[in-house]
Amino acid sequence: MEKRKDLLVAALENGTVIDHIPTEKLFTVANLLKLDTFHEPVLIGNNLNSNKIGKKGMIKIANRMLSDDEISRLAVVCPNIRLCIIRDYEVVEKKEVTLPDTLENVVRCANPVCISNNEPMRSFFYVTDKLHGMMRCHYCNKEQKIENAEFYQLFNVKP
Amino acid sequence: MVNRSIVSIADYSHEKIQYLLDMAQEMEAHSNRKILEGKVVATLFFEPSTRTRLSFETAANRLGARVIGFADPKATSSTKGETLKDTIKMVSNYADVIVMRHRLEGAAKYASEVTDTPIINAGDGANLHPSQTMLDLYSIYKTQGRLNNLNIYMVGDLKYGRTVHSLLMALSTYNPTFHFIAPKELEMPNEYKMYCKKRGVNYIEQRDFTAETIADADIIYMTRVQRERFTDLMEYERVKDAYILRKAMLEGCRANMKILHPLPRVNEIERSIDDSPHAYYFEQAGNGLFAREALICHVLGITLDDLKNDKTIIN
Repeated sequence: MEKRKDLLVAALENGTVIDHIPTEKLFTVANLLKLDTFHEPVLIGNNLNSNKIGKKGMIKIANRMLSDDEISRLAVVCPNIRLCIIRDYEVVEKKEVTLPDTLENVVRCANPVCISNNEPMRSFFYVTDKLHGMMRCHYCNKEQKIENAEFYQLFNVKP
Repeated sequence: MVNRSIVSIADYSHEKIQYLLDMAQEMEAHSNRKILEGKVVATLFFEPSTRTRLSFETAANRLGARVIGFADPKATSSTKGETLKDTIKMVSNYADVIVMRHRLEGAAKYASEVTDTPIINAGDGANLHPSQTMLDLYSIYKTQGRLNNLNIYMVGDLKYGRTVHSLLMALSTYNPTFHFIAPKELEMPNEYKMYCKKRGVNYIEQRDFTAETIADADIIYMTRVQRERFTDLMEYERVKDAYILRKAMLEGCRANMKILHPLPRVNEIERSIDDSPHAYYFEQAGNGLFAREALICHVLGITLDDLKNDKTIIN
């Protein structure tokens, strides 16, 4: 009998599968979604074989749909991951995550003398180049790389 | 209500720039008026700047407004930890327009978002300084009769010089030819060269600053090469005298050529040039008054027609 090479990870009845996560980003994604304090079943796999990117990470979260805000945050960390929405064991929707046109209160400006890093206020960026992942701060006008940006909620600075 | 704040003029249309230049010209014709009688202008200088503050306060005074404000944030609640938002909210209750300078970039933009009182950005860190740009544009327009198709030479510290960056952006749609003349350590940053490339703006980078290289200039915009900008002091010693404009260099230049400088000057323009018909830096500073009078009136909703039909002119 041929051995099954599939992943033996339990199927979800309802929830979200985040697939094609770059392996080094897996725990960033887990942190970002605050999975450490989530009380439903969560399965996290890493270094799984992928035809697309070699090795990948994958996260299955039961009974949770991601908000648009969470999806924008995911897009900032890894722009090419895929979301599968599961209902009654079936994939009802597949979403390629893409960068939104603007990012509000998601990441911190890289410019230490930007007003947004020195006042209790929102940050706001225009995504200027989705291909190369560039954004421009609405306040100080500094153009910066999105992947270098620091998140707010990992440090709980923002309300 | 439309927020009439002036935070940046980088995205203004030619029509709007021309309108503001026309207003400045009207102000120059009659710079003493009572058109702002009964108004209060607040000048909040969270970072000291004598020159800009005096220019704004003179503008407000010559238009009949009263001025409140501070020149040194050490004497204010910012040192007690008050946020910028709270300071702006508080002053908004007292003043009709707020002129502010702040060390943090984007401060004026943020201020304009937390109040309906118009804000005029008098400089936010290394970011923007639109009233300086406006007076530079007015000086160029006044001396050349136009803004388009000019050969603009920028000399000295092009890396940290906020005024040259703002001027570059403001002139980029007027089909200029820029010449960037600077030492390697202080050359024009890549982002501004990319800015030019994206918009098809011609620019030439040069290290040599001689009579030959400046012969075709319409405007020479000089800036100060500051010692503290150099990481390598040997390099500073080597280049410090290479970017001085000397009288002998002006012999072959165009008759219409004018020398601008945001001031303060140290030694980068030979003092013997001050009497030359090409020297324009002191008049340029004087134009700051008219440009700022125009900006204050504009944010208060006063139109060019109002200025032309103004019955409050004092002569």
